[in-house]
Amino acid sequence: MTTDHPPVEDWAVDFDHTDERYAANPFPIWDEIRSSACPIARTERYGGAWLPTRHADVSAIAYDTDHFSSRSILMSAVRPPLEAAPMGIAPPISSDPPFHGGARRVLLPAFSPQAVGKLEASTRAYCDELIDAMRGREVVDAATDYAQNIPVRVIATMLGFPLGDDDRFREFVVEVIEGVDLPPEARMDSMGALYEYLRVQIEDHTAHPRDDLTSFLLNAEIDGEQLGFEHVGRTIALLLLAGIDTTWSAIGASLFHLASTPGDRERLVAEPELVPTAVEELLRAYAPVTMARLVTEDIDFNGCPMKAEDWVLLPFPAANRDPEFLADADEVVIDREVNRHSAFGLGIHRCAGSHLARMELRVALEAWLDAFPTFTLADAHGVRWSGGQVRGPRRLPIAIG
Amino acid sequence: MISLRVKIDEASCEGHGRCYALAPALFEPDEIGNASVLGDGIVPAGEEDRARRAVANCPEHAITIDAST
Repeated sequence: MTTDHPPVEDWAVDFDHTDERYAANPFPIWDEIRSSACPIARTERYGGAWLPTRHADVSAIAYDTDHFSSRSILMSAVRPPLEAAPMGIAPPISSDPPFHGGARRVLLPAFSPQAVGKLEASTRAYCDELIDAMRGREVVDAATDYAQNIPVRVIATMLGFPLGDDDRFREFVVEVIEGVDLPPEARMDSMGALYEYLRVQIEDHTAHPRDDLTSFLLNAEIDGEQLGFEHVGRTIALLLLAGIDTTWSAIGASLFHLASTPGDRERLVAEPELVPTAVEELLRAYAPVTMARLVTEDIDFNGCPMKAEDWVLLPFPAANRDPEFLADADEVVIDREVNRHSAFGLGIHRCAGSHLARMELRVALEAWLDAFPTFTLADAHGVRWSGGQVRGPRRLPIAIG
Repeated sequence: MISLRVKIDEASCEGHGRCYALAPALFEPDEIGNASVLGDGIVPAGEEDRARRAVANCPEHAITIDAST
């Protein structure tokens, strides 16, 4: 993943979220920064960036959309031009107020709890299909044989895209989200390939409207105006990119935890009604997503001299494990009753797909626990985690028993 | 008689949906997933624990619970 980045020697002043150690186990790194004299780390990499680790700092920045813009939410060496505002590359996640409000409002009904509820039966059927294909094997890769496939199928079905294109979606996701360390030209190429694919799908829907999310967006209006081709394409890019990598990571991390923590696995098998509560705790403790912001003007933030166009990372998983925010924050307590976690962000950019992600995670775990009640980690050293801003297992060898 | 009443600060609610998942007798989602209080927000007998859990799990601190006479 990392190309020409030297290894990090001092996380306080030279952090790099693509460093292999950060991918493998970021928790001690966040703990060290959080408990130091300055709980906001700095790096000169990526043209200058900051890494808050306390829940109070992460939430204050998430709420302050005046000083911290969402013009780009993926930190790389490339800052999108100022003219990219207000829409950004993937509205509404890349939009600031006031444009953000309309772009978000138009999308949310498709992801409401009511809309998501209608997708549960087909999601469960697909999970069972994946499970049936694994039966009879001793060891499976729960990341690639199971977790990865579920959000790909769900979002492709919602958008009305060809289901046979699953492999292409996965390539787009990996190249765009996990390729932040690639040279700018390579990044432009991967974005270009994605937009060309989407152009073909959108044109097909324009010519042949149907009852799916793509046609819904093509018909949607903000203040009486249709969204336009560019807006629809970029919003669909968001749904593909943000919906797949993140959910895949959450399902994989949850299976990793249960495979390596027999007591928690046994309890959920015995008490399946506890799964929704456990889902929230697993989301808290293994929150996959770190967002990025760009500083809009020079500001002193809690003693840090932030400059306009500096990046700021918002590591929600670090915030969720802040002991000032929550007692026993570094422990996974699957029946935790008080849990204000921010795995889906805070403020106006709360993950638009959070209800869908929760349903997929719960259904994926329920189906897996039903089928493989005694699964264990087959090879602890064989587990590989993605680096960057979406963290989850990319290789997860599990003995299914 | 004193009873409990829940309230939502609509300006703070961002639609995480924890309240209507944990206490569906007290809260409901609107068409974009934001929450509203069912009826007058008075917590019926037997719903007190679910009301408190809804308050304690809102990431935006948008829900309050007060004694109501």
